[in-house]
Amino acid sequence: MSWELRGEHLADLARGATLLGTGGGGDPYIGRRLVERVLGDGAITILDPDEIADDLFVVPTAQMGAPTVMVEKIPAGTEPTLALRTLEKHLGRTADATMPIECGGINSMIPLVVAAETGLPVVDADGMGRAFPELSMETFAVYGVHGSPLALAGERGETVVIDTGDDDRQMEWLARAVTIRLGGVGHIAEYAMSGADVRRTAVPRTLSMALRLGTAIRQARETKRSPFEAIAETLSTTLYSHVRELFVGKVRDVERRTTDGFAKGAARVAAADGGSELELRFQNENLTAHVDGRLVAIVPDLICVLDAETAEPITTEGLRYGQRVRVIGISTPDMMRTPEALAAFGPGAFGIDEEFVPVEQALPAETPVEGAATASVG
Amino acid sequence: MHIGIDVGGTNTDAALMEGTTVLAGVKQSTSPDVTSGIVAAVQDLRRQHPFAGGQVSAVMIGTTHFINALVEARRLAPTAALRLGLPATRALPPLVDWPEHLRTAISARSYLAHGGYEFDGRPISPLDPEELRRHAGDMASHGIRSVAVSSVFSPVNHDLELQAAEILRAELGDDVAISLSHEIGRIGLLERENATVINAALRELATEIVDGLAAAVRAQGIEAPIYLSQNDGTLMDDEYVRRYPVATFASGPTNSMRGAAATSGLDTCAVIDVGGTTADIGLLVNGFPREATTEVTVAGVRTNFRMPDVLSLGIGGGSIVDEATAEVGPRSVGYRLTTEALVFGGSTLTATDIAVAAGRADIGDRDRVAHLDPAFVDAVLKRVAQRVEDAIDQMRTSAAHIPVVAVGGGSVLLPDELGEFGQVHRPANYAVANAIGASIAQVGGEIDKIYAIAPGTREQVLADVRQEAVDKTVAAGAVPASVSVVDFDEVPIPYLPGNATRIRVKAVGDLSMEA
Repeated sequence: MSWELRGEHLADLARGATLLGTGGGGDPYIGRRLVERVLGDGAITILDPDEIADDLFVVPTAQMGAPTVMVEKIPAGTEPTLALRTLEKHLGRTADATMPIECGGINSMIPLVVAAETGLPVVDADGMGRAFPELSMETFAVYGVHGSPLALAGERGETVVIDTGDDDRQMEWLARAVTIRLGGVGHIAEYAMSGADVRRTAVPRTLSMALRLGTAIRQARETKRSPFEAIAETLSTTLYSHVRELFVGKVRDVERRTTDGFAKGAARVAAADGGSELELRFQNENLTAHVDGRLVAIVPDLICVLDAETAEPITTEGLRYGQRVRVIGISTPDMMRTPEALAAFGPGAFGIDEEFVPVEQALPAETPVEGAATASVG
Repeated sequence: MHIGIDVGGTNTDAALMEGTTVLAGVKQSTSPDVTSGIVAAVQDLRRQHPFAGGQVSAVMIGTTHFINALVEARRLAPTAALRLGLPATRALPPLVDWPEHLRTAISARSYLAHGGYEFDGRPISPLDPEELRRHAGDMASHGIRSVAVSSVFSPVNHDLELQAAEILRAELGDDVAISLSHEIGRIGLLERENATVINAALRELATEIVDGLAAAVRAQGIEAPIYLSQNDGTLMDDEYVRRYPVATFASGPTNSMRGAAATSGLDTCAVIDVGGTTADIGLLVNGFPREATTEVTVAGVRTNFRMPDVLSLGIGGGSIVDEATAEVGPRSVGYRLTTEALVFGGSTLTATDIAVAAGRADIGDRDRVAHLDPAFVDAVLKRVAQRVEDAIDQMRTSAAHIPVVAVGGGSVLLPDELGEFGQVHRPANYAVANAIGASIAQVGGEIDKIYAIAPGTREQVLADVRQEAVDKTVAAGAVPASVSVVDFDEVPIPYLPGNATRIRVKAVGDLSMEA
């Protein structure tokens, strides 16, 4: 069913989107303010992917670049819509709707800015089902819709169209170079597709899921219920139905380094009794979780580090020694776990020499792993 | 010798110190006029331990005046926020996330202008002096008396903030105060800008308060330099406070923690300050409070001040005790303790009554709590101890043993032994720990910038940044030989080439005091 998104939903949506960012995706706070400012008392129409016409012309919009730059160099505000208009002009066709390419982090918000400004509806779906570090890591691409041509816009009104045919990796490579010249952040329109393509290639209803997650966490806090139970309950009726508590403990060590333009690193979380340890590896987003050497969750499944008490999501950049955290694993939809999908954004795509194991198989029981079970939280 | 004074909302504490020895400690009610409470406190010190004005080498003051002025939205100057960054940033102009009542309280004007830098130091657009003069003219016609200037990536390059300030000063004259964001906050434009606007709005009050404090101290025949406590426990001189009043915001809890450390001789410990309504728990690492890592909202404004990480429990001397469950707080009788508690003839069972019944405190009339079942009293105190123990465990950063120091009037509620933490340290003069904390004479310098680290240059870059922090500390008045780096953080920035890395360094050293 289509529904209306209003200003009062944005704080909850931002919280849910940070959770789906699985450690990366950028802080949606600035994005939320951008939407609020354009939206005012208005509303954005959100379309259910099952109800859109086959020939609806959908042009997804997003931001690419460094979240750290975004918190300092705030956009002019005109960039995302300019990117959309530029792609429309290039293709000679007007968009009927926009859509997120990434439901995790700040990119949950950028299509809403466009929608608030243009009046276009937003399709409740995305192409990552979480956050990923590269534009080519899309279910769209996996199932045959290509990102190119891509339009990129900067705050001075400059625009670039990148057309690389079927080569989405080359598109990502060139767009990144332009983004750096623009000062580290660029706004893009790409993966233009039909309504039928959306149904075939997009992860459905991830925007509404982010909103429901954020709302459930807030309401659980307000009523003194466990926010973790609220998360599991919310996800149980979605395509992300398996939630596992991977570990509870304190962050003992965080190491980061920049390699090939990505923030890679590892963190270790120790159980309160000191006996057991979780090792987290990340590249912008969390990639793997091992408990005492045993794999318990791996990309593309979601690995979320949350404040042990409030369930506030903690990004890889925000990880600090001493934090009390609860790490959860969330299963991804089947379409993100096929061989083709895993080739695009599974362990191998990140140079990890391990096979993908669904989190519900790594931890079959509904009980927490050993170590986590004995850890108590203040 | 030197004097530490902590001006709180209710009490003004003062301590006369010789090195780290407390010669005298006093408590006075805070006066509405700033000065008379301080005059009374210093006179009290003199009565306890006579001294001549010339013997005092420094006076250190911690004050809540500035944060209270913001929270109460009064005595704030008409303020303009000017941001350099066009054509970027115009989607969210300055003050966009401020509550309406505060914007009104500072008669806020918001301006955007060209300027600013990219993350790598390239200019976004050149400064446009004509545009700035136009804005200055508009400020003047709206009666603006203080201006906050922010520029995109000014922590990387602050040249344009300085140039803009020059132009504004030429137009507006020296009576209009100008605050620059690179001197106040870190990376994160909206948060840094907000802190700068708060600072600007407090500039007139700062002059008034500093003049008042100085007059009160000078009236006692003390000609020594006057310093104020900053959020991180280091000191700034009175001239600096006139320009950066916002840096005093969190000095209350910081001073209490540092005072506890100084009087107990422990520089790494958990500190629990039990007052009338809450027990505030903080962690001291190498003599400095551990800082909160998240954005801090002050009076509804999002900032990135460095504030101590404090966990508050609703347990204090005035907390109401539930007779059915033996649970304490969070409701408290507060300042009505001396009329409402059982030992003072009232009818409410408070935590203080429990402490008296257990023989841990001797205040009021203990016969009035003689009827309490010893098993119940014991259960209440055990519950308090358990909650405090759990909270300390939550705050600590490793499983290693950490000593616990208790201060504040309500600390009689705590046992002498606290589970796995062992003995609870109760320093002498714990009642004036805040003033002692204020008197600790250290100054600091901090760097927070993004650096492009070329291959093979990392060590050199880190060494240069550390040196810069050390130099800044010496410039703030530290004895060079005493300066050391106390905090270091290096975070690579994803998606950018050239190993762009955000580096934060904090150095501190002992204040150079000529006695």
